[in-house]
Amino acid sequence: MTSSKISARGFFGKLVRNQLFIPLVALLILVAINLFADPTFFKISLEPSSTGNLILSGNLISIIDNASELAILAIGMTLVTSASGGQDISVGATIAIAGSMILRFVKMVSPDISGGKFAAIIILSFLACVIVSALFGAFNGALVAFFKIQPMVATLILFTAGRSIAAWINNNDNISINDTRFGYFGNFIPGIPVPTPVFITAICLIVIALVLKFTNLRLYAQSVGINASSSRLNGINPKLIKLLTFIILGICVAVCGFIKVSRTSSITYSVIANNIEMDAILAVALGGNNLGGGKFNLTASVIGAYVIQFLTTTLFKFKVSSSEISAYKAVVVIILIFISAPVIRNWIADVRNKNLASRKSKIGKEAN
Amino acid sequence: MKKFVKMLVSSAVIGAMAFGMCACTQTTPTAAPTAAPTDGTTAATEAPTDAPAADGLIKVGIINNDPNESGYRTANDRDMKETFTEENGYEASFFYSLKNEDQIAAAQKFIQDEVDYLLISAAGTSGWDGVLEQAQKAGIKVILFDRTIDADESLYEASIVSDMAKEGQQAVDWLASQNLSEYKIVHIQGVMGSSAQIGRSGALDDKVAAEANWSIVTQQTAEWSEETAQQIVQAVIDSGETFNVIYAENDNMAKGAVAALDKANISHGVGKDVIVIGFDCNTWALEELLAGNWNYDGQCNPFQAAYIDNIIKNGVTEKVVIMDEKGFDATTITADDVANYGI
Repeated sequence: MTSSKISARGFFGKLVRNQLFIPLVALLILVAINLFADPTFFKISLEPSSTGNLILSGNLISIIDNASELAILAIGMTLVTSASGGQDISVGATIAIAGSMILRFVKMVSPDISGGKFAAIIILSFLACVIVSALFGAFNGALVAFFKIQPMVATLILFTAGRSIAAWINNNDNISINDTRFGYFGNFIPGIPVPTPVFITAICLIVIALVLKFTNLRLYAQSVGINASSSRLNGINPKLIKLLTFIILGICVAVCGFIKVSRTSSITYSVIANNIEMDAILAVALGGNNLGGGKFNLTASVIGAYVIQFLTTTLFKFKVSSSEISAYKAVVVIILIFISAPVIRNWIADVRNKNLASRKSKIGKEAN
Repeated sequence: MKKFVKMLVSSAVIGAMAFGMCACTQTTPTAAPTAAPTDGTTAATEAPTDAPAADGLIKVGIINNDPNESGYRTANDRDMKETFTEENGYEASFFYSLKNEDQIAAAQKFIQDEVDYLLISAAGTSGWDGVLEQAQKAGIKVILFDRTIDADESLYEASIVSDMAKEGQQAVDWLASQNLSEYKIVHIQGVMGSSAQIGRSGALDDKVAAEANWSIVTQQTAEWSEETAQQIVQAVIDSGETFNVIYAENDNMAKGAVAALDKANISHGVGKDVIVIGFDCNTWALEELLAGNWNYDGQCNPFQAAYIDNIIKNGVTEKVVIMDEKGFDATTITADDVANYGI
């Protein structure tokens, strides 16, 4: 009987040290608060929208839908963090660039065209945008990998210039696409009750999961992040790996930009994806990943992204007044970051171990 | 011909003023004395002058915020560029920044370049006293547009501003004139502390406090963002609360709110369940009004250039010029309004 107790404690210790523990607990706490305050928070209904489509609606759907961009960004940000030991703060600005590019391409063609042609144009403009975003990512990556500039400083360049570039691409015009089909990717496809960004996110997650499973990207990125020179001695090219992670982030940015502009069929250069870089970094931190590089857990980062959106929606739901909302967020973030800090978690695990050890010796004495 | 005369007169005035300010300027008196400028006492005592044709351009240094900041700013910048052209008798240099310090540094540079007029839309309200005093010493006239600053009134000629509180009041008055039995308002605010937010929120807050049948369902800041506005309204709808007014402090946020209404199949616009109010008069927003999807849009007039032009050429009449700003009702708006006032 005692042995089963001990193993249960051992299991608990493992659980606490698992990277998924903190984001999942945060998620559960948020769920519990909402359940306690108002169970209707979780109500999901299937009702027609103004265009006559049956669509799912409810807070949970909103959360899953609105967290899409952040979850996709968290993928790239985690990889960049792991390999370079720093963060890319230009993602918000480069999302503006990506979005602006797509709008420009789509706007160039005449508005009323047949379905097949339209699909081709969307795919082509998206691909072009992926290439451009990957190039911007490569630019950041090159500065970091070859010129050894700190990631935050290197990406500060595009952070500052990005939104101006985005505005310049479209000649600073107030562009909006009138074709409702363009909005499918950020909202709903007729006949499908689930928001499209959810599918896009799922695709991205599956792709990255497959990449990590069938390539050595995870191992390489982690080893470069832990010790670049020793990984170089082991035949890994750290520069290439760093560059590669920034390019992957660039592709994530392109997808986000596409979803963002599709949501509204328009763009406001100064506001689109504002401060999303901070939320993406926060998602990585919430996932318990070391922001100094090295080992990473993608699942934890992605859950972190959903936690952030859950928090935002909860605060809207509780109608926290405008002037106080950032203070509430800050408090929650401080608590989460504090308990997810490795020092604190090791300390908790140590306390457990000590208890366990004293109990074991007690049991030993009793047996004697 | 008329234009030519006007130009001749204005350049003569400027020439006279320049002479008055800087006695060492060598000019040959050619033209007849011109209509006295407002501060003509100094100029009139000097010999009547006319600047040579080549130097007839009025040098203006324009310090503005980044045109990418918003549709308002883009329209404002375009308006400035269209007005202060060589054809209109100006030699304009532009400087853009969202940072106060950069703007002040640019102002100092313009002073060294000896511009005739310094036109400033300040990023921040403080820190301008020193540079404005320099400008005054150098005889450069300062006109503020769009934004005021915390400096002594004697340091600038005039300031041309929007009255955000008036914009909000006009919208609230319009809303009151709809005579609803009950007002349940979803209030979406701009960036907290911005002058547009303070003015537009203030009018509504006062009214809600004063009237028994006006209530706020939720009051949140979406920080001018369409998506955040959509999320806020979505959260209200998901919590099952009813409302009949959306008061969004700019057009983008109104658009986001409407997207949430559409998703939930709540009708909006003229004669529908929810009244939609936006601000800034973007062209696309006015088109929504024309189509009856929205109910009201308050103008925030970005076209200060004509006022400034008038002040430079005809003299100062008032220290603080508050621009005319309209509010458009979906039931009375015309296609001409969309073309004339859309930004």
